[in-house]
Amino acid sequence: MTQPTKQVKQLDRVIIRFAGDSGDGMQLTGDRFTQESAVFGNDLMTLPNFPAEIRAPQGTLPGVSSFQVHFADHDILTAGDAPDVLVAMNPAGLRANLGDLPKGATIIVDTHDFTARNLAKAGYTANPLEGDDLSEFAVHPVDLTGMTVAAVKEFGLSRKDAARAKNMFALGLLSWMYGRPTESTTAFLTKRFAKVPDIRDANITAFKSGWNFGETTETFIVRYEIKPAPMSAGTYRNITGNLALAYGLIAGGVQSGLPVFLGSYPITPASDILHELSKHKSFGVTTFQAEDEIAGVGAAIGASFAGSLGVTTTSGPGVALKSEAIGLAVMTELPLLVVDVQRGGPSTGLPTKTEQADLLQAMFGRNGEAPVPIVAPQSPGDCFDAAVEAVRIAITYRTPVMLLSDGYLANGSEPWRIPDIADLPAIDPDFATELNHGDGEDAEFWPYERDAETLARPWAIPGTPGLEHRIGGLEKGDGHGNISYDPGNHDFMVRTRQAKVDRIADSLPPLAVDDPTGDAKVLVLGWGSTYGPIGAGVRRVRKAGYKVAQAHLRHLNPFPNDLGDILKSYDKVLVPEMNLGQLSLLLRAKFLVDVIGYNEVRGLPLKAAVLADVIGGLVAEAEGIEVDLTPAPTPAATPADKPADKEELA
Amino acid sequence: MTADSTTDLGLPGLRSGTEGVPTVLEGDQPQTGKDFTSDQEVRWCPGCGDYAVLKAVQGFLPDLGLRRENIVFVSGIGCSSRFPYYLDTYGMHSIHGRAPSIATGIATAREDLSVWVVTGDGDALSIGGNHLIHALRRNVNMTILLFNNRIYGLTKGQYSPTSEPGKVTKSTPMGSVDHPFNPVSLALGAEASFVARTIDSDRKHLTAVLSAAAAHRGTSFVEIYQNCPIFNDGAFDAIKNPDTKADAIIPLVHGEQVRFGALDADGRGTKALTRDRSSGGVKVVEVSEVDDADILVHDAHNADPSTAFAISRLTDSGYLNQSPIGIFRQVERPTYDDQARAQITTAQAAATGDPTSRLAELISAGDTWTVV
Repeated sequence: MTQPTKQVKQLDRVIIRFAGDSGDGMQLTGDRFTQESAVFGNDLMTLPNFPAEIRAPQGTLPGVSSFQVHFADHDILTAGDAPDVLVAMNPAGLRANLGDLPKGATIIVDTHDFTARNLAKAGYTANPLEGDDLSEFAVHPVDLTGMTVAAVKEFGLSRKDAARAKNMFALGLLSWMYGRPTESTTAFLTKRFAKVPDIRDANITAFKSGWNFGETTETFIVRYEIKPAPMSAGTYRNITGNLALAYGLIAGGVQSGLPVFLGSYPITPASDILHELSKHKSFGVTTFQAEDEIAGVGAAIGASFAGSLGVTTTSGPGVALKSEAIGLAVMTELPLLVVDVQRGGPSTGLPTKTEQADLLQAMFGRNGEAPVPIVAPQSPGDCFDAAVEAVRIAITYRTPVMLLSDGYLANGSEPWRIPDIADLPAIDPDFATELNHGDGEDAEFWPYERDAETLARPWAIPGTPGLEHRIGGLEKGDGHGNISYDPGNHDFMVRTRQAKVDRIADSLPPLAVDDPTGDAKVLVLGWGSTYGPIGAGVRRVRKAGYKVAQAHLRHLNPFPNDLGDILKSYDKVLVPEMNLGQLSLLLRAKFLVDVIGYNEVRGLPLKAAVLADVIGGLVAEAEGIEVDLTPAPTPAATPADKPADKEELA
Repeated sequence: MTADSTTDLGLPGLRSGTEGVPTVLEGDQPQTGKDFTSDQEVRWCPGCGDYAVLKAVQGFLPDLGLRRENIVFVSGIGCSSRFPYYLDTYGMHSIHGRAPSIATGIATAREDLSVWVVTGDGDALSIGGNHLIHALRRNVNMTILLFNNRIYGLTKGQYSPTSEPGKVTKSTPMGSVDHPFNPVSLALGAEASFVARTIDSDRKHLTAVLSAAAAHRGTSFVEIYQNCPIFNDGAFDAIKNPDTKADAIIPLVHGEQVRFGALDADGRGTKALTRDRSSGGVKVVEVSEVDDADILVHDAHNADPSTAFAISRLTDSGYLNQSPIGIFRQVERPTYDDQARAQITTAQAAATGDPTSRLAELISAGDTWTVV
């Protein structure tokens, strides 16, 4: 057989979505493709999307699980708006994702499951591969399952087990098509299935067969090359937000010299942090899987009282349950980290989808005046730094801190430049060891005698002789900390607890505003995981020749000291959020600035193209000009089978 | 993971409840009750049973010989939960029902602390019921003192989860239709390793039970009958009144026949407990009517809690005319906190290098690439 001649086309970026049944191993396939791309040196972002049900009815639309990976030869910020390539392992996978594809997109379909029964399950009355329905796309029908079963025949597996390796066949094919290095996947499969040699060999064989199929078939005549992205010097790895956050907590423990104590109750999408931390006992990390959310935070508060770094991890519904205990930590002024990996709400909501609608819960969701500092990461890798920052605030200011991640950051991944530990801040727990009030024989220990600069109270842990004291949820007398019902004292203590949190702003750097020309009239301000889509939208507007400034908040409470002045220096401030305008509400209340919200609550990240249009509209209004965002065509980098609509450019 | 994915935990040896907690050094000034008394004014109602328990605890703590700074009292919400303020140890007056979870964090984080929980019938059995049963099943090394006055005191007189059916209170003007918990039965059902009941007014018995509870490694659960003179006065009169208490209290002493009631010529009770073959439970009999060999000999160390549970059922759920008092169960089993710490010790022993270099190693593990 002669090998068909293969063309090689250069692309600057590609978005691939793998879609199939929940049991088809799409998350694993996507994850492996991502690792290969990361090792190759592309910049990338990923968006896993899966149902809350572990195994929803097979072949149905609710059972579809997908994984989108965006990889490029330049710095990118999002997992991409619309896939260039869809790999659909069954009719439901095709149907559920078709609406997201732009004209001209490539579709690779496993034809094996396109039976009358499976078509009906997906809601098709006719086979879409046979009519004109897909005429706008470049469709490649391939019997992935059949070829997989044939390829692994020698291992004597049951037909069902053999067919299960089809995801590796698909991965092999895509790896060939995009010139991915295969060593890491082979090594991964070897390790993962070390105890079941038949399965191991079948998966590796399926993977290689997929590659070879691409090499030899005439179905695919083009290979694509996406060069490595230029990145700043350093050692990189691919990392998800939950993993980075877990590492950040361990780093917080190492930097403060405190044992980490995690009290947690399993909840999507935060459980992976519990799983990860439970592996790191060698760092002195204790993980306590509690009977409920309240016990999780209760145990963490107890551990903090005893001198550990108390942490609790959860999602929105869990925060609701923990609220009273967080109030106790506010009152007792103990360090505590509350990690909220936000998901769609209210109530049980959308457990596996992303949202940013817990900001006001974090801010105000407690009885009484109970201020809690809030820190939010902006990308998966940034979860590491955000966690270390939250630990710094919790320990330095003796306060619970809310760390607001979300489902997109938690499960999404990106290349992460591994930080040098020496660059991390040292965090001094500064335990009290001596009497701090009065002199000589009258000297006493006052648990609420505050540090003049930070207003933090002393942290005297049990086992310290002479400093025995009692704390609790009742109002404390200023200084001595005994129960006090005095009206003036209560007013003073309420204001002091607020002032302590406000003073954190004095320890923050000025807010970084990206305003390249310095005279933009429109500022886009975001927080959390919208950083990527906002940045990509802003780039698009700038690329089309318009001026726009961007800033992103890591600290939601307190705000940076210069935020008010910055907001007032722009004609228009756009605040995109995956909620109905929670940051907007806070900004309006605090600064009397008429910010403009852009709000979506679809359980999905915002789309860069949509944001670009919104920003463009505001720029037009503010500057009194016409705005046309159509980018100048760049034919060299745009292959024929790829839409010209480019969201991001280097 | 499959259902058979378990591993041998390599259980640590069983130890005393206070092992690992630093003791007062020889030559130190001996600690007294005064050392454990804080400067805060005690604010319970006159005649409250809490005073007697506080006095007993202040008097008994020095006998443990533990360093004062290594003792922590945690409480929830309710009258009895003010307890920690009056003891000059470390303490936390926390939130309603959550003291066992907070104490679990303290006890797991620190082997060198003696951890005590003070709670009431509402705090422990109503709002905090979940935390209580899970602390008991985990067997975290702590002592839980449940002050049971069978009423809500701090909120001024509503019925509690131990109030008798039909009880007329502010919230039940036509009588309570709630069925009460029997705290001892509940603790035994949760497989608590140490379960006892005592009475606020019997200082000797109270102190003896507390000593045994402190010496026990694991969660020690002690129900203390405590009179509320304001909202439920006289709830325990039958077991306190000299005229009736001989018949009302069924004393449990490990290794001895369970006998009570009016004394015979040998000074032993004329009533006793025997197995009830028809129900599988236990019943009260006249000693004169049964063989001596049939009288139940109390075995608190029995691994099987069935008999202890059967005895616990002799507690009246209505007005209290009869109740077994003493240590129902005292068995040894591994504690959650010891095992959790042992896993950390094992993992740390296997690790090499300082934490900073190990952290650097951890975060750069897996597939990496270098850009120059």
